[in-house]
Amino acid sequence: MTAQASLDQEQTETMTVREAIRLALREELRRDEDVYIMGEDVGLFGGVLEVTGDLFEEFGEERVRDTPIAEAGFMGAATGAAATGTRPVVELMFSDFMGVSMEQIMNQMAKMRYMFGGKTEMPVTVRTTEGGGMGAASQHSGTVHAWIAHFPGLKAVAPGTPASAKGLTKAAIRSNDPVFVFENKMIYEQQGEVPTDPDFTVPIGEAAVERDGEDVTVVATQRLVGESLETAESLAGDVDVEVIDPRSLYPLDTDTIVESVKKTGRLVVADESPLSYGIHAEIATRAMENAFFSLDAPIQRVGTPDTHMPFSPPLEQEVLPNGEDVREAVERIA
Amino acid sequence: MADYTIDTADGRLEALRRMLTIREFDTTAGEYFADGEIPGFVHLYIGEEAVGVGACAALEPDDYIASTHRGHGHCIAKGLDPKLMMAELFGKADGYCNGKGGSMHIADVDAGMLGANGIVGAGPPMATGAALTIDYQDRDQVALGFLGDGAVAQGQVHEAINMASTWDLPAIFLVENNQYGEATPVDKQHNADNLSDTAQAYDIPGVTVDGMDVTAVAEAVEEARKRARAGDGPTLIEAETYRYRGHYEGDEQPYRDEAEIERWKQQDAIESFKGRLVDRGELTEDEFEELQADVEATIADAVEYAQEADLPAPEEAYDDMFGEPVPEIEQFAARPRTDGGNRGGDSR
Repeated sequence: MTAQASLDQEQTETMTVREAIRLALREELRRDEDVYIMGEDVGLFGGVLEVTGDLFEEFGEERVRDTPIAEAGFMGAATGAAATGTRPVVELMFSDFMGVSMEQIMNQMAKMRYMFGGKTEMPVTVRTTEGGGMGAASQHSGTVHAWIAHFPGLKAVAPGTPASAKGLTKAAIRSNDPVFVFENKMIYEQQGEVPTDPDFTVPIGEAAVERDGEDVTVVATQRLVGESLETAESLAGDVDVEVIDPRSLYPLDTDTIVESVKKTGRLVVADESPLSYGIHAEIATRAMENAFFSLDAPIQRVGTPDTHMPFSPPLEQEVLPNGEDVREAVERIA
Repeated sequence: MADYTIDTADGRLEALRRMLTIREFDTTAGEYFADGEIPGFVHLYIGEEAVGVGACAALEPDDYIASTHRGHGHCIAKGLDPKLMMAELFGKADGYCNGKGGSMHIADVDAGMLGANGIVGAGPPMATGAALTIDYQDRDQVALGFLGDGAVAQGQVHEAINMASTWDLPAIFLVENNQYGEATPVDKQHNADNLSDTAQAYDIPGVTVDGMDVTAVAEAVEEARKRARAGDGPTLIEAETYRYRGHYEGDEQPYRDEAEIERWKQQDAIESFKGRLVDRGELTEDEFEELQADVEATIADAVEYAQEADLPAPEEAYDDMFGEPVPEIEQFAARPRTDGGNRGGDSR
């Protein structure tokens, strides 16, 4: 079933990605008293990119908790808190700050459950922003989700639409595993239909076919979902493009991607992370392993060409992958 | 094991029993490690028994502790079962972590033991997090984070204590200053006279106590626990102690001489505590011999249990990664086994 088909059966409201995430947080805070938010400036200030917004007013400082600027400390505290019976939702202001807190993520949060023989749950959610496009330069524009998707013991999701932003955030909070929600900062204002049912979630590990097509499969994430859909529309008549948003990077819905590639025989993978050793390579490999004899052309990758995100607009636009890059990739193999 | 406190004669005997149990456990673990029956590596707690036992004597049974790489003593002090501990060291399926953790990751979260930890300085953030849960859910508990003198130099330790003090969390931070951070003496790693001095920066009490005196440690932790439960926030305690063995078993210890070790053994925590109990008429030499024999039997049983326990089946390597399993791992668990083990490759 496509995402659009499933949405038709439910009540929806038009909202932005930012509003959809905030609604998800609000609903989960109301639903479960053990859920609380912690992070830098998430309270009265409402979050530096205004995602937590007015939640502080409804839930107060215990449940929308401002932390010191201590990413290692609060990531570690969230880990200890999750191991002992609460469900923290951490906001890591920019995903670049992951570096500061990586020890707690990779050696504690990711490993505790396994090292202890399954004798603890780790119901922690980490929300963080990624991506270039606003001149935030190299230390506030990174796309690092491949680190987390690569590291065993962690789950990684990356919404590309308002509906999946809401559904994935809620699924992450309800999960007993550590789930990282990677929000691309350039799509916070993007609008779409979002189910209003408080029980609506997007299961972790399920891709969505956002557009049906017969000729080329484009697997796109985050901002590139919308841009790939626009590209697909503009190519309609010449090339019939199928667009899949994996939504969940780990676990990855291999079946949906493989099924599509078997149909089209052509694959483009579009993800803003750096090209080498990452998401593109993983998706391409799975397609190769499972649909090798269906492939009619070399798999194409669209991503950041292994540079950091530069500051000056012409430089930033040069390296930032976009819908035009997707078009060129499609045309190379169509 | 029963709850115990340093304030009663029975409690003091139990404290002595646990100190003896730790020493016997770790002496024995050292032997089986040397024999090759225990894989990996082990960090022994011998010499530091008064710190773990004194601390846990002052805690309630459902309080949390977060431990260090030198964690066997904390486990026994907290009341974990030496059989399941030894089985874990031997890598057996019946061990506390089903053989997935080993010496450095023994844990029993239900018993309040949040894990030994292979990363120096990782315990305090864990304790702060547990204290956050306690505070958030209004529970009548505290969380104590053990750390070594070496860990005091770690940034995440500062972050954890700062957060706990800023939020008045029911946490206790206990520095076991055994005089060496791995192979480097404490005065080459820190400029402060006492490692509890940094407490001033957090506006919390900082005390340094004789870590070879189980009573002194227990009294300091008792005071810290009261303060934590009163909502006044954490306390930073430094316990001056000494490890008799190397950083890890096999450490040749070029950084210290035998005379220094002997000087510390003159104030051995077990000998001095036993002496005091005998002086007070709470223990006779005969009773001590009986206690020692009992402890030796307990550890011998633990070894026997560990030796006879089953090794985990190789495919158990795929269990416990997630609460909700992922196909990426499940495919390996599900594939037919012909050689008794998987050597990699991908069958997707």
